[in-house]
Amino acid sequence: MNPISRRRLIYGGAAAAASLGGLAEAERLATRFGLIPPDGGGIYGPGETLTYTCQRLLTARTPAREFPRSMISKDPFANAVAPPTEEFKRLLAGGFRDWRLVVDGTVARPMSLSLADLKSLPIQSQITEVACEEGWSYIAEWIGTPLSGVLREAGVLPQSRYVVYYAIEKGLWESIDMADAMHPDTFLTMGMNDGDLPVGFGGPLRIRVPRQLGYKSLKYLTHVTVTDDIKKFGSGKGSVDPDYGYSWYAGI
Amino acid sequence: MPAAPQLEMTKQTRRHPAVVRVTHWLTFIAFVALVVTGFELVISHPRFYWGEVGNVNTRPLFVIPIPASRDTVPTGYSYVMPDQNGWSRYLHFEAAWVVLLTGLVYGIYGLSTGHFRKNLIPARNDWSWRAYRDRIAKYIYRKRADRAEEATYNVLQRTAYLVVILVLFPLVIWTGLAMSPSFTSAFPATAELLGGRQSARTIHFFVTWLLLLFLVVHVAMVAVSGFWSRVRSMITGQTRNSQTRSSQEGQ
Repeated sequence: MNPISRRRLIYGGAAAAASLGGLAEAERLATRFGLIPPDGGGIYGPGETLTYTCQRLLTARTPAREFPRSMISKDPFANAVAPPTEEFKRLLAGGFRDWRLVVDGTVARPMSLSLADLKSLPIQSQITEVACEEGWSYIAEWIGTPLSGVLREAGVLPQSRYVVYYAIEKGLWESIDMADAMHPDTFLTMGMNDGDLPVGFGGPLRIRVPRQLGYKSLKYLTHVTVTDDIKKFGSGKGSVDPDYGYSWYAGI
Repeated sequence: MPAAPQLEMTKQTRRHPAVVRVTHWLTFIAFVALVVTGFELVISHPRFYWGEVGNVNTRPLFVIPIPASRDTVPTGYSYVMPDQNGWSRYLHFEAAWVVLLTGLVYGIYGLSTGHFRKNLIPARNDWSWRAYRDRIAKYIYRKRADRAEEATYNVLQRTAYLVVILVLFPLVIWTGLAMSPSFTSAFPATAELLGGRQSARTIHFFVTWLLLLFLVVHVAMVAVSGFWSRVRSMITGQTRNSQTRSSQEGQ
């Protein structure tokens, strides 16, 4: 072996060791600052982690795109009908007077709120776009109260990392990180385009996460759980989406 | 670089530097993944729109007349294709990262070493329609390539590569980012400058076809000039200056 190639070998080895050490350090920092998504493992993990890390560094607090009233879609597309559960039919027949939103988990004051309770909170509206992962989209005015207000009321404990939320249908659940949960555009939505939120669009209660694709804006919301450990839920990947092959973070 | 005739059969010329070779193949693999998964994503809603919004209740710009992989789209077919969106989305965005990072490495390399200036920007005296016309005529009449083209690219190759590198890839990345609801919350202009989210999706679709057109012509030219020797030189970096082929008609 001539001296040049030996030197190259040593330099190469040192560079490889340094980059491995760098990667390990990067992973430690990323974990500490919550930059790795719950589905950040497996063959698609590197791509998901890059996307999520960049979005958290870049867009943790940026406001959702809003549109002028004139751009509200005249004929928005509702891709779902009412959930076929007996419980939903019973609540619908009662005019949703018995609909409850349970807020629990790592909060100081767990709560159970009726729609009337939610409507007594500060009501805001946003004109934002629903973008489905299939490719279609529409714009609507969404009326509700920011999730952050309810969470503050419940007293989120400092160790909290994620907010898990459930639909009335069994097994349908999602989660978002605290950055999205406390974002002022993340709404508990009860109204749409100056009326009550129609059942086809998730009425009586839908979460709106306008900076992510439509599937994160879960319809027929009944339960919000704040947690410090997302691994305890389902298969530990943050929502049912990864179980169906879909990414947990849908901000792209 | 013309070699002395008696050396020609053995002379090995370094044609492609390692960075170019590695980024070339990484981009190729990622591009194939992007096209396959992109096709899967399109068939879940094979309708295209212009502007900000579009759905089955709005008038499309055009419709691809195929069955969809979702029953939410009225296609006129009763058949619903297999839905592959989940893994397709995961792989699409991972492959997009490969293209983006590879492109950054290649771009920095190309600028810092003069690779773009030396090998891709057409020579000064080729900055004319005449140069293009002459080179096209050579292709049409299947004339032998100049000796100069043994070691470098002609004006048409240079132009095609520059359009792909400086226009099509940046545009396909831009239109992709314009469909990200989170990215556009930080940079709304990425969507607005294109006319909206659905316009971005439509442009993304057409730029993909232009990139595919480039790929087809590129591979056809490689095949014409000796498929395996061209592929070998893009893998090993070596090219043989021999007279055994009417080589270098293009790639």
